[in-house]
Parts: sequence; structure tokens; C-alpha cells
Amino acid sequence: MERIKSFDDLKNRYNTLKALLALRDADEQVKIDVKSLKFTKEILVCAGTGCVSSESPKIVENLEKELKEKGFSDKIQVIKTGCFGFCEKGPIVLVHPDNVFYVEVKPEDAKEIVEEHIVKGNKIDRLLYEEPLVKKRVAKHSEMSFYKKQMRIALRNCGLINPENIEEYIATEGYQALGKCLTQLKPEDVIEIIKKSGLRGRGGGGFPTGLKWEATRKNAADEKFIICNADEGDPGAFMDRSVLEGDPCSVIESMTIAGYAIGAHYGYIYIRAEYPLAIHRLEIALKQSRDAGVLGKNIMGTGFDFDIELKYGAGAFVCGEETALIKSIEGKRGEPITKPPFPAQSGLWSKPTCVNNVETFANVPPIINKGPEWYSSIGKDASKGTKVFALAGKINNVGLVEVPMGITLREIIYDIGGGIRGGKAFKAVQTGGPSGGCITKENLDTPITYENLTSIGSMMGSGGMIVMDEETCIVDIAKFYLEFTNDESCGKCTPCRVGNKRLYELLNQISDGTAPEDVIEKLEVLGNTIKKASLCGLGQTSPNPVLSTIKFFRDEYEEHIKNKKCRAGVCKKLMQYTIIPEKCVGCTLCAKNCPTQCISGKVKEVHKIDQEKCIKCGVCYQKCKFGAVTLV
Amino acid sequence: MSRVIINDIPVEVFKDATILEATKEMEDIYIPTLCHLNLESFNLEHRVGSCRVCMVEVEQGGRKRMMPACCTPIQEGMIVRTNTPEVIQIRRIVLELLLSDHPFTCLTCSKNLDCELQALAKQFGIEHLTYKGEQSTYPLDLSSRAIKRDLDKCIMCRRCETACNDIQTVGTLSGYKRGFMSVVAPAEMKSLKDTNCVFCGQCVNVCPTAALTEINYIKKVWGAINDPTKKVVVQVAPAVRVAIGEEFGLPPGSVATGKLVSGLKKLGFDAIFDTNFAADLTIMEEANELIERLTKNENLPILTSCCPGWVNFLEHQFPDLLAIPSTCKSPQQMFGAIAKTYYADKIGIKPENLTVVSIMPCLAKKYESARPEFIKNNVNDVDFVLTTRELAKMFKEAGINPINLPDENFDNPLGESSGAADLFGVTGGVIEAALRTAYEWVTKKELKDVVFTEARGLEGIKEATIDIDGTKINIAVTSGLGNARKILEKIQSGEAKYHAIEIMACPGGCIDGGGQPYIHGDTTIIEKRMKGLYSIDEKKQIKKSHENPYIQRLYKEFLGEPGSKKAHDVLHTHYYKK
Amino acid sequence: MEKSNNNCQNVLAQEFYKKLDDYIQDLNIDLKDKRRKGNLIQVLHTAQHIFGYLPEEVQRHVARKLNLQHSEVSGVISFYNYFTTTPKGKNKISVCMGTACFVKGADKILEEFEKNLGIKAGQVTKDMEYSIDLVRCIGACGLAPVVTIGEKVYGRITKDDVKKILDEYKK
Repeated sequence: MERIKSFDDLKNRYNTLKALLALRDADEQVKIDVKSLKFTKEILVCAGTGCVSSESPKIVENLEKELKEKGFSDKIQVIKTGCFGFCEKGPIVLVHPDNVFYVEVKPEDAKEIVEEHIVKGNKIDRLLYEEPLVKKRVAKHSEMSFYKKQMRIALRNCGLINPENIEEYIATEGYQALGKCLTQLKPEDVIEIIKKSGLRGRGGGGFPTGLKWEATRKNAADEKFIICNADEGDPGAFMDRSVLEGDPCSVIESMTIAGYAIGAHYGYIYIRAEYPLAIHRLEIALKQSRDAGVLGKNIMGTGFDFDIELKYGAGAFVCGEETALIKSIEGKRGEPITKPPFPAQSGLWSKPTCVNNVETFANVPPIINKGPEWYSSIGKDASKGTKVFALAGKINNVGLVEVPMGITLREIIYDIGGGIRGGKAFKAVQTGGPSGGCITKENLDTPITYENLTSIGSMMGSGGMIVMDEETCIVDIAKFYLEFTNDESCGKCTPCRVGNKRLYELLNQISDGTAPEDVIEKLEVLGNTIKKASLCGLGQTSPNPVLSTIKFFRDEYEEHIKNKKCRAGVCKKLMQYTIIPEKCVGCTLCAKNCPTQCISGKVKEVHKIDQEKCIKCGVCYQKCKFGAVTLV
Repeated sequence: MSRVIINDIPVEVFKDATILEATKEMEDIYIPTLCHLNLESFNLEHRVGSCRVCMVEVEQGGRKRMMPACCTPIQEGMIVRTNTPEVIQIRRIVLELLLSDHPFTCLTCSKNLDCELQALAKQFGIEHLTYKGEQSTYPLDLSSRAIKRDLDKCIMCRRCETACNDIQTVGTLSGYKRGFMSVVAPAEMKSLKDTNCVFCGQCVNVCPTAALTEINYIKKVWGAINDPTKKVVVQVAPAVRVAIGEEFGLPPGSVATGKLVSGLKKLGFDAIFDTNFAADLTIMEEANELIERLTKNENLPILTSCCPGWVNFLEHQFPDLLAIPSTCKSPQQMFGAIAKTYYADKIGIKPENLTVVSIMPCLAKKYESARPEFIKNNVNDVDFVLTTRELAKMFKEAGINPINLPDENFDNPLGESSGAADLFGVTGGVIEAALRTAYEWVTKKELKDVVFTEARGLEGIKEATIDIDGTKINIAVTSGLGNARKILEKIQSGEAKYHAIEIMACPGGCIDGGGQPYIHGDTTIIEKRMKGLYSIDEKKQIKKSHENPYIQRLYKEFLGEPGSKKAHDVLHTHYYKK
Repeated sequence: MEKSNNNCQNVLAQEFYKKLDDYIQDLNIDLKDKRRKGNLIQVLHTAQHIFGYLPEEVQRHVARKLNLQHSEVSGVISFYNYFTTTPKGKNKISVCMGTACFVKGADKILEEFEKNLGIKAGQVTKDMEYSIDLVRCIGACGLAPVVTIGEKVYGRITKDDVKKILDEYKK
């Protein structure tokens, strides 16, 4: 593609290129004469990491092969797109302009798709999504319960465009927000727009983005930096990954806008090394953007320079904290520093730096294009716009959803998420990752806002939402998160380094049945101290899973402590291995293998386990061929 | 200025002062600290906010938070409370957490009663640990002769890291691993002897606990004293005499030379000698060397070489400059060499039956005494090195309080020294001593004003041009290896136009050596020790090394003249790349 | 024979160092630049990719090439999970222990791998064919529980799948 020489040049390109997406325009927003298009049909195949692992590249290969054999390659193209979000049902294939949404597609299905759907025009019913409650097959994804309540702003282009072709991004009015900023707005104006929109940091902190940009702008310096935090360390969160894999140019455009606003000419995208596909797509997007003249020197002929470099993480969750991230870019151990000074005053290489999350950036171009009033009209109270959530756990529809702020948890879990898997009972939903807390069914009708979630003992976090059912032990979940934060703690400050270790040890005592009577009080005092005295956000929020589960599931804790019982059947040391007399045939295999010789019984007679001597190793359970050993 | 309220008292504070600084002048307000260290006289502050002991409550904009006082800048309108029940509880739990990951072996710990963690535990009245559990343990490192690393006692204050990397720029230490098992250690947790550690001991000086201490040779010295087959002599470095009194309650900088000699006699040493004697000897050789190089205009600038920490630094990190340090041994080693030859001869004993013990303000001297080139036929020139701190322990163990003893003099023939020799203990002193002698040797005139103020003071880098009766000599004086690095890089790049440079590894010189009584961050003590040494010089009759009659005798009887072959064999050395 | 094997190893090592040095050369680092340390992590990534792990001599080499202290390089390596100073197996098995995978029983999958290979997480089999490591969320939560072997991602794994998957590699 030829270099874009000016904003007008960009707008002209858009007018020519918008035809590229004409077939995919499901809402018929842009009127195009389809007869003038090169292709008559397009087959979109999801190429996000999840679907790629389920062999979607093979689906693409097979489709292209079939189309070639049938002589359709000129008229029908196969497009790889970013994540559609419906990961539970992947791989996804979407045929346009028919707007037919196929789920759980296998590479072998390519033949049938071409022969039946493309050639004969017949929808393939068995590949259509079936709504579980009504048992009806749905072809249009906008009619699916998973999608109905969603509003895709950050994810607007994921599943629509080929992320490896900048022309398709331009066809979505891409880079026009940047053009507008550079040619029609002063940096202060851009900041005002972001402030007015009410956009808040989507990485978890929820700090007003406009204020951050303003603070960084205010500090005069010979050099400033924009950093995109693509470390996404929260386990269970994959929002940022999907944006980077599906729409990398939106982040690039947005960082450039931010650079213009604060007075920076260089930016870094700090991305986890565990996201190779996202890195690959970003590298392509950066090159194409530079070649197109929308990144690098003299952007769109305006004289503004801005370029971006990728920096890889190396497996440290704490590097998602902005000062630790900065240290990592400087090639040091990712140990956070005390604030003040804030990065806006002294950040990367001691220069004013603005660190924003991927999702935050993804929201910027539409805000500039459609105006801050449009954005602030969506959402609730002080939480404007939408939020992307990664639904995971014991939920039917695992995947990525983007919903307006103010929607309730119940709607997300039951309407969009399809309810609890296997029809089991809902126990809790964990939001905010290791920094968040558990929300119980009493609070399911809380409208989701930053403030509401914090007031019920959790937090928005980056958007991870893990649903748990009755088979989850709440003590075990708290232990899981503490194990994570213990592992990921940088070790610099005492409360987090030693305090979290002691917290974990106490939880272990609870699940082992050796905790003292006053352990809950000890946990609460220690947890609160760690929250108040830790140096950075990791330590300050690491006790949240413990404190929130104690708050809402105190009885389950007490059951563990006083009655030495784990109702979910997870804490092994609180369980007893017993032999079911009816099933025992007296083969003596268990007794022979028991390391403590605690199983008594004669040959062909029912055996018995001496609970006093039993160390709960579980060998008898593994060895018994008759299922006579059970855990209660 | 910002107006804030601290404990209900309105105060005006300089902008950007921290809460801790703001409360320093306020009576009755005390905020405990642990990792924080302010070395004011060297313009260095270590404040990382990692221990979280100094937490205070800060109310701003209606919001209350806990913040670390040592690194939170005061802002207009802040309301600070330093001792609410909640603040006290938080500090206490933080301290309990530190103690829960610390060995309970105070009774047999070398820092018993001198440990900052122990002092806080006592201050807070901790008698019970609410939270106990696993402790982080590591292998003990006794691999070097100088520094003992007992990382079980590390509290992650990171002071040693700042000392080694930022002040000394040696770069041996770094944070290692992550989380509970994180620790400060050399690369790959190596033993110190396998690293580029120079043993300057600045890390030991700043360590609040016994994670880093010196390797203790007291038992060995008792062994030698009690050995009837050995004659044991002791030499005492200049910096020791102005610091040892602090261990017995004298004000910092008190000159306790006479009492020190008395005490050493009581310990049972056969002769009490003065390293200063050897310092004068060093000047004889080094001034001669300086003049030779100046005349030939070769191998300049000449660098002093009496500091083994700095020599080690050069050998590891600037091996391309190995030709320019003076080839003179350090006074400690010159003493040892003379003791085991000239003196042993004089009293008619074999070198292997003479034990030389040195009392040094320094840890690198322990390493220096074991350098292979200072050992002949399996006999060390210097057998054991004790630090000022170890000597104080030895006195206390023997029930000797030097303060109560009468003043006594050093023994001869290795006990007489000029005022110039005393200056060796402070930054600028060596070059000042050298100039006093060089001046008279070059000009053949008397030097009336012996004080070279250009070389004095605690600044890290001092530069001056000295006029030796028409000849201009450019000198530089650096203390602290970070400053030495700057000068050495200038030499490498060709920018340096010096003739003579004095380099001391420790900031301020030996008075702040790795073996001196702990100053716990109070650098005014260093200033007082410095003044103590200057006062000794002032009071002495003989102020120039070459005027020391015993030095003259030594040359007459044994060495011939400065730079002679004999002098070279006994008193000079070489360096090698490490 | 042994000598020629050693020669083979030396030639291989030389090749590796050349590859690394070429990469560092292209970065055009000014050894006096205060910001040169910003290159460290990507150089370590590349070095680990070439050598498979970061033994002491590679660490020292990197330190020299970037004009850094060995302690700095070692301290950084020990901080980040990604870097290893011991060799991994030919087939690197990473079991994801992120929340979504955990809730779907990742710990049982881990146990199954450990049982089958006779090693624990963090270890390598004697023949150096397999190593097991824990990974914290690779972002494929839709497919929980997830295991990666090398670059290949396996999703929705059950205990029974483990043996089948390992058999693929034993061929």
C-alpha cells in the first residue's frame, strides 16, 4: 500500500477501501453495490489463540483447497479474523453476506461447508449454534443470547477484519481519529475529549484516563513516553490478548494519539512473552503502519513523529504494575517503587511517562470519532462505556464478552454466559483476579461499576470473571490465589514477602485441619495489615480473596476449622478414606500397599481403615479395583 | 514551604521534604525506621521504602492511608498522625513478620546488642510472635578471609546493594530470586571468593543485622598469644586510634592512642608497634617513585597503592591500568615484611616463630594479608588481621577497659612515626604526606607550611594543582570506589592530566573503613574522626616522614636508600589481572 | 570418538555464540549509554532461544557484551520465570495453572503428567526428552484446562488424554 501523505489522502483511501468490508456489513450501515465487488462471498475463520489451538488454520487451509478445486478462488475468499469471543464454541466460521455463524467447526467440515453452503446455498444445521434452553438452532449471531446483550466497542473489529491487513483496518475508518487529532485538535483538546468521555483505566485501577494524560502533559521534559501495558497477568483474563490478536492497529493508532496529547514521540508495548500470536500480529501491524505513513516520521504529512517498539515480558505478574513494568523495560528486576514520584512525573528513564492498558487504548479511536458524549451516554454512574470480561470457569458459555457498564452480574452469568455448567448450583463468581474477591448470589443483581464492585468486597480488575459451583471449596480458592501471589510477589517489602507467606500457611492449616481456633481473626488482622502496609498494588490487594471469602463464606471456613469438614470434598486432609463394606471383596490389595499398615482385614473379609493411623495418601483409593474405597 | 499538621501540631516544612525529615526536628515525635539510611556527609541517601516499619497515617483530600514516612514527600494540607493505635499495630505486625523470618540466635550472634532489628524488637516490646512459620535459609558463606555472609539474617533492607552498586560501583551484589526466598547475593549465589568482591566492607558497615559481618580471628590471636613458642607483635593503623574509644563510651574522634597501647600490652602482646612507622616507610619509597616518574615523565599519573580494596578493584575492573599504581606495598604489608626480616633478625628469632597481628579499620586487609605474594616459604608477612571492632570485643572479653588505663607509648624500633603518617587514615592524607617529603626532596628546601588544605575534607573527588617551587603537580584525591571509577575512566579516555592520584576505597578514607565501630548512618562521626587525626598531626613535633629517626636508622642498617634493590625486594610488589 | 564429539559440541557452541553476537551487534548498543541495560531482557530471550538455557558462561558473555556486571544479569534472570539456568527437556511441557484451568482441574492433569513421566514440575527426565513446568495463564481460558508442549497448545484436556498425548511424542 502506498504511503498516506495527508489526512485527506487517508479519507480518500477509506472511500476506496470500505468496499473490502461491504460483504461483512451485517447491519447494512454502508450502502455498497455488491455487484461491483470482486468477491461474492467471504468466509471468516476465527484465528485467535483459542481457535488456532483447535486447528482453525487447518480449517482455512482446507477451505482454500476446496474452493480452489471447485474453481471458486476468484470469487470467494477466506479471511482470518481475530477472536469472536465465543471461545466455548470455537472454532468459529462466519459466512458473509449470508451472516451465517457456524460453531465447533472441524477441519473435515470444510468440504461440506463449500459443497453444501457455498455451492448449493444450504445452511449446515448441525454446525449452527443451538440455544440450550429453547433447543433452537440460530444462524445469526446477533440473535444469540451470548451476543444479544453485548456492545462491542473495544472488540469492535475482532471477528470482523483480518488483523494482518492494514487496509481492512483503514476500511473501518481506522486512523481517522488520529488524523483528526493531528490536523484539527490541539493536544489539550484531545485530553479534554478523553476527560469528558469518562474513560477510566481498564487494567484494573480504574483511574480516569484523561486525568492521567493531563498529568503527564503538565510535566515539562525533553522526552516523554507512552507505554501500553500488555502484560495481562491475571490468570483467567484474555481480553487484551484478543484485542492485540484481532485489532492491533487500534492500539497503535491510540498510542499515537496519546503521544500527541502528552507530547511524547516514542512508545513501548510491553507484552507478555506467553503471547506469541499477539506479538506476531503486532509486528506485522507495526510494519504495515510504518509503511503506510501512519506511524514513524512525519505521520500523514503533519510533521508529527511517533514510533513504537515492542518489549517482551519474561513471566512476572508483578510487571503488570506500572512502576515494575517500567523497571522491566529498563532491563532491571521488576520491583515496584514507592509512589510518589508517579510515572507522570518520573517514569521510564526518569522521564514523564503514561502507562495505559490495551483495552483502555482500544476505546480511544471511537471516542474521538463519535465524540465523548456518545461514550459517556453508555454505562452507569461514574463508570462510562463498556467493559470486556473474560468469562471462564464452571459456566456454559466460556468466552469473551463486552457489555455496557451497569449490566448486572446475573445478566452476564445467566443470560450471556448461559448459566452454570452441568446444571450445578452457583456458588460464587470471582472478579478482579488475584486482587479481587468473590461475589455471592446475594449480590448478583448489583449493576457492575467500579465503585459497586469495590463496595461488595471485590473489584473490577482487568475483567477476569471466574464462575464457581458447589464443587469448589472456597478455602481452596483462597489458597489458590494466595499461592499465586506468593509466587509472584517480588519480595521487596516485608508485608507482602513475609505476610503473604504467613497468610498462605494459615490457610494451609485450615485445609489440613490443624488451624488454631482463632485463625479467622488472625487472617483478618494480618490481611488488613498487608493491605495497608504493602508497597504496591500486588501486596495491597493480595489479601482480598481471603478477606472476601471470609466475609461471605464464613460458615464454610468455620466448618473447616471447628468441624474439620470440607463440604465440597476438596481438602483431602479433612476427608476420610473409608471402605464401603458392600463393595469390598477382601482382596487385601489395599492393605498390602498401605504405607502405614493401617488397613486391617482377613482375606475374603471386609477390610477396615484405622483413621488414627491413616495419613490420607490415597494409595488404597488408587489401588482398589472394586471402587470400594471412597472419600467422605 | 508547605503547611501541614503533624500529630495535631501545625508545621511549615520545606517543599519536597519527606515526612521523616519534617519530624526530625520536632520534639517528642519519633518515627522508627529500619531500612532507611542517610549518609549526609557523603550526600547519599538510601530510601527504598521496603521494610515498612516507618508507616504513618496520612490524611489527604478526606482520604486516610498508611504511607512510609521515609519516602513520602510532604504536600500542602497533609494531616499526618505518627502514633495512632492503628499505626502502632501495623508497625508491630510488620516487625513481627520480620522477626518471624529471622533466626532466634541473638545470644550467640556477633551483632548481639549492636543489631538494629534487635533494638527495634526491644523498643516495641515484642515478647511473642503472632505469626510463625517457615524461615528462608541459605548456605553460610565463609569462603573469603574477610567477610562472612549469613543470609538467614538478611531482612532485605537492600542497603548493601546500594553500598556495593551505587556508592562503590563494584557491582558484586544484586537482588536474587523473587518473593519469600528473595535475597541479596552475588551472581548465581556464588561464594564471595569467586566473585569480583574487593572486600572494602562498606556492605558490612551498613548492614543492620549480622547478615554481613567480618570473619572473626580473635580466637586465632589468643592462640598465638598463648603459644609459648611464638613471639607475637601487633601493629595498629592510624584510623583505629581515633575510633576505638567509641566502643568504650568516649565521644567520637577522641584520640585514645596511649590507652590503646596500654590495653594491647595487657592483652599479652610481646611488642606494640605502630603501622604509622610503616606509613612513613611507604612515603619514603613512594615519594622516591613519584619523583622518578615525574623526572622520566613515564607511567603517570602515579596512583597510591596502600588500599587493598582499591587495588582489588583495579585488578578486576581496570586491568589495562595495571602499570600505573605505585609498586609500593601498603604500610600493613611493609610492616610485616620488615618485621619478619629486619626485626626478627634484631631479636634473634626465626620468621616462622614471629606472629604479626595487625589492628585495622579495614576488612580488605584481612584479604590482603593472604595474597600469595606476601607469603614467603609458607610464612605470612602478616599473620592475622583484627578489625577495630574485634579488638574492642577482645578487650571486653579480657575485662580490659582501656579508658581506665594510663597512657603508654609504642615500642621501638617500629613504633615511632611522623604526623604525616597519622594522616594515612583519612582521605587526602597519603598524598599530603607524600607531598611533604617530595617537596623537600625535589626543592631541597624546607617546607614551612606542611598543611595541604587542598587535599583535606570529606568530598569524594578533590582536584588541585600543587606548586612545588615552580613545578606544577596536578593531584587528585578520591575516596569511595564510585569516585575512583570516575577518575580511572578519565585516565582511560586520556582526559586526565594528573600526575599523582590518591585513591581510597572507603568514602572518607580508612576512618570509615569496613572494620570500624558502626556509625549507624551518623556521618558526623566520620567528620569527628577526621578531626581527631588532624589534631594528632598538629601536636606532633616531627611532621614529615623522612625526618623519622627510626626510618632513617632502618635505611642505614638494612635498606640502603629508597628505591634500592633491597628496598625493592622487601617493600615493593606487583599486580595482576583478575 | 569422544574427542570428535567434544569438537562437535565446541563447533555447535561456537555457532551459538556467533548467532548471539550477530544479534547483539545488530542492536548497535553504545556500551557507555546509561540506557544500554534496556536491551538486557530481549538479549536474554534470544540467548535462551539459541542455547536452550542460560548457563553461567552465557550469562558472563552477555554481561561482557552489554558492559554490565554479572550480578546484574544473574539477578534479572533469577527474577523472571521465563528464564532458566538449567536445560529443559526436548519436549517442554507447560501445564497452565491459571484460575480458569485450575477450576477445571488442572492440578489433576499435572499429577497425571508427573505420574506418567516420573518427574515433578520443574524437573527434567533423565534422558532429557521431557520437562514439566507450570505456567500462569497463557490466555486460552476458553479451552481450559490447557497444556502446551513446545509451541503446540492442547485444550480441554482430560486425565485420559495425557497418556495419548505423550504417546504422540514417544514415536
